[in-house]
Amino acid sequence: MRPERRSTVLVSVLFFGIAVLYLPILVLIGYSFNASPLVNVWGGFSTAWYGQLLHDRQLLGAALLSLQVAVAASTGAVVLGTLAAVALVRFARFPGRLLLTGMVNAPLVMPEIITGITQLLLFVSMVQLFSWPHRGLTTIVLSHVTFCTAYVTVTVQSRLQSADRSLEEAAMDLGATPARAFLEVTLPIIAPALISSWLLCFTLSLDDLVISSFVAGPGASTLPMVIYSKVKLGVSPDINALATVIVCAVGVCIVVAGWLMTRSDRRRALEAQLAR
Amino acid sequence: MKASWRPGRWLIILPPLAFLLIFFLIPFLFAFKISFAETAPRVPPFTDVVSFTADHRLHIAASLANYRYLFTDPVYGVAYLYSLRTAFFSTLICLALGYPMAYAIARSPKSAQGLLLLIIMLPFWTSFLLRVYALEGIIRDNGFLNTLLLHLGLISHPLRIMRTSLAVYLGIIYSYLPFMVLPLFATLEKLDPSLLEAAADLGSTPWRAFRDITLPLSLPGVIAGSMLVFIPAVGEFVIPSLLGGPNQLMIGRVLWDEFFGNHDWPVASAVAIAFLLLLVGPIAIYQYYNVRQLEA
Repeated sequence: MRPERRSTVLVSVLFFGIAVLYLPILVLIGYSFNASPLVNVWGGFSTAWYGQLLHDRQLLGAALLSLQVAVAASTGAVVLGTLAAVALVRFARFPGRLLLTGMVNAPLVMPEIITGITQLLLFVSMVQLFSWPHRGLTTIVLSHVTFCTAYVTVTVQSRLQSADRSLEEAAMDLGATPARAFLEVTLPIIAPALISSWLLCFTLSLDDLVISSFVAGPGASTLPMVIYSKVKLGVSPDINALATVIVCAVGVCIVVAGWLMTRSDRRRALEAQLAR
Repeated sequence: MKASWRPGRWLIILPPLAFLLIFFLIPFLFAFKISFAETAPRVPPFTDVVSFTADHRLHIAASLANYRYLFTDPVYGVAYLYSLRTAFFSTLICLALGYPMAYAIARSPKSAQGLLLLIIMLPFWTSFLLRVYALEGIIRDNGFLNTLLLHLGLISHPLRIMRTSLAVYLGIIYSYLPFMVLPLFATLEKLDPSLLEAAADLGSTPWRAFRDITLPLSLPGVIAGSMLVFIPAVGEFVIPSLLGGPNQLMIGRVLWDEFFGNHDWPVASAVAIAFLLLLVGPIAIYQYYNVRQLEA
């Protein structure tokens, strides 16, 4: 094969793959504006399903709970995940390093169903021993912090590894304490990674169905739990509208996160060039 | 300079270490313990495995009945095998589709790479549940695909895809494709193009250069990507539950039904533990390549 022909094949596979990834979402967005409740009949353009969302109390309550969980869990995960990343990058040897590495990476691949059931069993046993935590908001947040921490650590770890340590050392030579040097020099450098991992955790938490279903207990329902039970019962056109809203909101979060990361990359590259 | 970090070190190490220990690792011990319990009509619905008698003596009542049950009831064996087979073939198809995609991105100009990656990442972070639901809108009997094909006159009856294994395969491939592309891209991007030029100068055909240089050097990405698809796919619940029919029994679904349907927590724990033992190998492989890549 000649090189040009080979790259044509590659590029067509790439675009085929991207089309496969996006077609279902685009079709779903299209359905959400369909006036007819029948999926295969186009009844004209309508935003009625969006109006209906605003009157669905169950859905709104679940959305509120999910937002609370997502804000709390991503904040907690960014703090813990950053600490873990600093520990793994800065301290070459400490007791429990291997354990921490394993516990940071394993949640990324652990099937949710296993994490969900084991955490529920922990919470149930803890309640027996300490009468805490009761199932609901607290347990959902704790379990979301666990899997989100892994994502934060991995993101911040790679950013810290590429960060220039000489600046921090210069600050310490000038008399700053290690903590102050870290807070005033390194933290601003890794700040974009912190913001983007917060946004990513937010979307991950907002999306979780399986782990939440196990740990939520009978009283609480997050948004994905309500969506799942609605979808399981059959097609309901208002879910199309809800899905469109969520997909767009998440899309904005991700684009902002990606933009922050590339902008800071570019700025750093520019600074490195100027410094030369 | 490093020494001055020492006293404060544990302030940094301890919070994440303790948190993950308590909320990630220790739960497995509880699941292990409860997998030896029996169901009981109380809250929580199982018997105590470890307890203290009235005269403060340790009493252990462990039963192997749950594990015995896993071997005698054919449902579990069938579900394990079906999950492994489905995850294996979906991983292969993801690899076949994802490799050229990652390669095309790695070879495109640097300015386009960021955008292309963002395009691949976007569905990866977008709601998993909603994407599975969106796929249902395509492959339903009266969905987009059938409406289109009927309209074009290519078929006279709607294709039956929902509630078949094909739907589960499509669901897994569609949902997990980005997990394959990203690690592959990470290794292919680091590949030095001068190696390929050298091979071409020495008279190697592009195919041979690919086989002898590109493929071996991208192997860590192939393994990381495959594990990132395979391991969660084996435990997948949402896809077989929403797209599959009663015959598409995957282990995640069996565990879910055991727990939420039968309220048999001890058997569900035993299923989880047995499942975890099955995954120890793949997870260890993933960790090994992941740590090596991070430290490279």
